[in-house]
Amino acid sequence: MSEPMNAENKGAIARFLAAPPDTVSKTLFVAIAVCLVASMIVSTAAVILRPTQEANKLRDKQINILQVAGLYDPAIDISDAFEAFEPRVLDLESGEFTDAFDPATFDDIAAADDPELSRALEDDPASIGRQSRFRTVYLLRDDAGALDKVILPLHGYGLWSTLYGFIAVEKNGNDIFGLQFYSHAETPGLGAEVDNPRWKSQWNGKRLRDEAGTLQITVAKTAPPAGADYHIDALAGATLTTAGVDNLVKFWMGEEGYARFLDKLQAGEF
Amino acid sequence: MAQTKRELLVDPLFDNNPITLQVLGVCSALAVTSSLKVAFVMSLAVIFVTSFSSMFISILRNQIPSSIRIIVQMVIIASLVILVDQILKAYAFEISKTLSVFVGLIITNCIVMGRAEAFAMSNPPVASFLDGIGNGLGYGVILMIVGVIRELFGSGSLFGITILETVNNGGWYVPNGMLLLPPSAFFIIGLLIWGFRTLKPEHVEARDFKIQTVEEH
Repeated sequence: MSEPMNAENKGAIARFLAAPPDTVSKTLFVAIAVCLVASMIVSTAAVILRPTQEANKLRDKQINILQVAGLYDPAIDISDAFEAFEPRVLDLESGEFTDAFDPATFDDIAAADDPELSRALEDDPASIGRQSRFRTVYLLRDDAGALDKVILPLHGYGLWSTLYGFIAVEKNGNDIFGLQFYSHAETPGLGAEVDNPRWKSQWNGKRLRDEAGTLQITVAKTAPPAGADYHIDALAGATLTTAGVDNLVKFWMGEEGYARFLDKLQAGEF
Repeated sequence: MAQTKRELLVDPLFDNNPITLQVLGVCSALAVTSSLKVAFVMSLAVIFVTSFSSMFISILRNQIPSSIRIIVQMVIIASLVILVDQILKAYAFEISKTLSVFVGLIITNCIVMGRAEAFAMSNPPVASFLDGIGNGLGYGVILMIVGVIRELFGSGSLFGITILETVNNGGWYVPNGMLLLPPSAFFIIGLLIWGFRTLKPEHVEARDFKIQTVEEH
């Protein structure tokens, strides 16, 4: 037999629950209680899952660097394979590496918002607004320890979104090994074909500059006067994404970008 | 109007489908159906959020002051959505990259709010939970139908597995680019609604007014 319930022997909580919900005190109580419980659940989830999420982001970036360098294979251990790369922070103005920042923790994208480390662009073909003076680049050395490829980050605006990617350049500072975007939101099937392996494979073996040292690489429907060595075919049905990729590659490979570093690479200084 | 558990689950699939009959949640149905994998994960996320938000709201329904009920519902729904988003980012990173903002936008999915307000506020927790699952499934079914059409004819694949080899990859199939753009989902959902109404004439609501015939002189 259960005990008979009546108003006198109900606890404080039961009495509170039985009270009509529309009083001012109960409204306040419910609002605060719901918010507290909800915020505790959300923040617990955020804190517990953060390490996994950070690891995912890092892994994703590493996979993309491995892919652009042609070293990716789903079977390999990502962090082991990534050991082959030496991250360095590059000063775009001088084209020299700097040790002022730790490459493991330096965030190029965040640095673009720091007035000390970046500048606002007046001529801004890649539509990025501000450009960081320092970028993290990745050096790939061969077994003998000689420089083999450099992986340079680049980004710029396409049709809907900023495309973030990497370009892999051979040790001679002029031949492209590959290009890959790791983050973008272009139209699936049209602009998002920048991820199509067939399109990406065109970049392999193309050249950045001609004999005279002029930047010639072009992403367009027809080949530039400089010839097919400098031509990447446009994406069908994605005129604006193509223009965006063209602009961002020209911007980052040009004077405002890695030009001085590439000069030094061509001269064999590293 | 007591419904059996089976009715709670099955009714929203076709007879009372949230998208085709109530025309709710259409905006996310446009955005995430260009690939099946994404549509599938989005459906799971919506099923999770609708069912659990309905359940929690139903548990609290006698305590929620009516003056702040919408805000309380929103807090519960938003917390669940953030939870889903965080879990996806941790365990399904690739898909969460594609879904991007659309997981967050489940908060504004009218189906979730609609079920909370119309059903969970006046029904017990188990029934509300089942109603949430049913409506989430109803949303999912339409997403999958639209997704199959859009991915198969738009990119020649299903769940990312190539069915029709496209010209871009050296095959023969010229994909229909329009199907990859959001408006195509409008057409497909429109055709589905037409189909549903033809099969089940009881879906067609009574006219609010009658078009007058011009008198003959």
